[in-house]
Amino acid sequence: MYSNTLIYLIGLPLAGAVTLLLAGRRSDKWGHLLATALSASSFFVGLYQLWLMLNRTNSARPITQKLFEWISVGTFKINAALLLDQLSICFVLLITGVGTLIHIYSISYMSEDLDRRRFFAFLNLFIAAMLLLVLGNSYLNLYVGWEGVGLASYLLIGFWNQKPAYATASKKAFVMNRIGDMGLSFAIMIAFATMDTVSFEGVKAAVGHTSTAALTGIGLMLLVAAVGKSAQFPLQAWLGDAMAGPTPVSALIHAATMVTAGVYLITRSNFIFDAAPTASLLVVIVGAITLIFGALIGTAKDDIKKALAASTMSQIGYMILCTGLGPVGYAFAIMHLLTHGFFKAGMFLGAGSVMHGMNDEVNMRKFGALRKFMPITFVTFGLGYLAILGVPPFAGFYSKDMIIETAFNSGGQKGTILGIITLLGAGITAFYMTRVMILTFTGKARWDDEYHPHESPWLMWLPMAVLALGSVTSGYLLSRGGALVNWLSPLFAKHAESKQLLSPIVVSALALITVAIGVVIAWFKYSRKTVEVVAPMDVSIFTKIARQDLLQDRFNEAVFMRSGQLLTDTLLKTDENLIDGAVRGVAGMALGSASSLRGLQNGFVRSYAALILIGAVALVAAIWVVVQ
Amino acid sequence: MDAANYLYLSALLFTIGAVGVVVRRNAIVVFMCIELMLNAANLSFVTFSRINGDLNGQVIAFFTMVVAACEVVVGLAIIVTIYRSRRSASLDDASLLKR
Repeated sequence: MYSNTLIYLIGLPLAGAVTLLLAGRRSDKWGHLLATALSASSFFVGLYQLWLMLNRTNSARPITQKLFEWISVGTFKINAALLLDQLSICFVLLITGVGTLIHIYSISYMSEDLDRRRFFAFLNLFIAAMLLLVLGNSYLNLYVGWEGVGLASYLLIGFWNQKPAYATASKKAFVMNRIGDMGLSFAIMIAFATMDTVSFEGVKAAVGHTSTAALTGIGLMLLVAAVGKSAQFPLQAWLGDAMAGPTPVSALIHAATMVTAGVYLITRSNFIFDAAPTASLLVVIVGAITLIFGALIGTAKDDIKKALAASTMSQIGYMILCTGLGPVGYAFAIMHLLTHGFFKAGMFLGAGSVMHGMNDEVNMRKFGALRKFMPITFVTFGLGYLAILGVPPFAGFYSKDMIIETAFNSGGQKGTILGIITLLGAGITAFYMTRVMILTFTGKARWDDEYHPHESPWLMWLPMAVLALGSVTSGYLLSRGGALVNWLSPLFAKHAESKQLLSPIVVSALALITVAIGVVIAWFKYSRKTVEVVAPMDVSIFTKIARQDLLQDRFNEAVFMRSGQLLTDTLLKTDENLIDGAVRGVAGMALGSASSLRGLQNGFVRSYAALILIGAVALVAAIWVVVQ
Repeated sequence: MDAANYLYLSALLFTIGAVGVVVRRNAIVVFMCIELMLNAANLSFVTFSRINGDLNGQVIAFFTMVVAACEVVVGLAIIVTIYRSRRSASLDDASLLKR
């Protein structure tokens, strides 16, 4: 079906970004209100589209809008066109919904900042780019949004770029994302070379008569793209540093939406991964590694935002793993993505609220006993905490248990291993999230008199409360009668009912037991013992390694940075000595010969005359010789 | 009389003129030497005209004379002006463009 209203979804926030950036300081007074209003109106357009979609039958649900003919070279034509189907609408509502809440939160959170208008301009830019990413109807259109969110992420991580460390963090995120972007562009090139099309529809139709090698190639390149954008192993090192951005940014971009773009990409390309088992297997492996990797980092971080970032990494690992399990997993991955969007964004906003009341302190060892001072933050954060742990009936219980169950039931040894990994991940998650809760909200106060913790204003706690409500209810609502699974099923291949290794009840029980063990360990370790304000140094080697992000930065530095520097140094020297040398040599030769010939220009008429004479005589002599 | 003798004379006159231009310093003398070279060339033209039996060489000789006359007018004016301002007609003194 065709519609011409889809452009408003993207156009409204984009107009906000353009207005705020062009109007400059003149819009300082009302810029944040305009940006919030436009984001909200985009959300309402999304709701309207959902209502329209609900009133149509399954086959008529996807709608498209052609914007303009983008590339037209011979027989190769690409339209800039939008596609809204059952999958995109989930993302549209998540992006604009959570985005609007975070706009509202930021009005208060950033009120002291002189550049608040610029911040809102970038937020709107991000919303527009992210919507383009999920609404593009071809890989090339998606790519534009993909780069757009990368840019917005870069601008927002480095929003306080007057601090060199923050500026470096934004550059690190951008550069590491570029590796993923390169993967995406390679995937597009392979698709174009082998299938002659880059639209989702065209590629889906062409999968049947394309070689498995090409499909595997595309799948692997898409995985590289997803790994870069979603901070998966081995490109995850940027996410921790990305916490340099203002907290609302961490909540929106680096927890709820942008980092899940990789999951979207793989789910969107399900027809490719279904036909390329090798690529699928690698997706599973990457997800499994990352979910443990992130969880381990989370256990050692004292910075509340970095602990949450590590948790994000780990949770996205769950989603990526689930997408790798084939048609049975896609819907569950999306479900976890949506519930995670609620509870993780809520917890990040809670962390922002804590920082707001604690002079921007992020070290959890200096918190403690904040429950009394910030009751609303404690409750909303606590609901998010219960949701991520997967305690029934909170959201994570429905979404994460489904992933664990799917992993167990994926068959054979692989299924058992994946099931155990996901269970283990859930246990570690319970441990580090309990640690965050205990260190921040309970126990004795470990802060000095200079801190005056207080509850945040209503503009900040209202979005937190809404997200907390989502963390409580979204899991039940989305899974009631298989609502989301049925909603998305037309997009994915039919899958045979697999033999169940473990029944859902057993899986839930196992998960709850593991989670309980994690909670109890954390309770013994951090609640029973006194927590030191300064992180102890005499810790085991494993803690030290985990504190350094499992040495990923060191590894990158040793393997990629040093060799890259060596390469650039060599190239620089070659350029200076060989190429510049040749150019300078030619110039020097001209200069040298000219300065020696300059002596002839001596100003004496008679010597000129003599030279002319000699020349004439020589000419005559030459002619003479030739004629003879 | 053999026409070649006129050519020998012409070559001799031209050589004297050329050497004079190169070795003498006085602008007036150099100038006269140039005239000598021009007239040597004229002599060659006329001789060739005679040998070949047509009038082209003689016509060109007239052209040369006209050019020489113009050159004398301009050249003498320059030499006189230089002499007035510098009290010298030496060519080597008039090498100011170099500096």
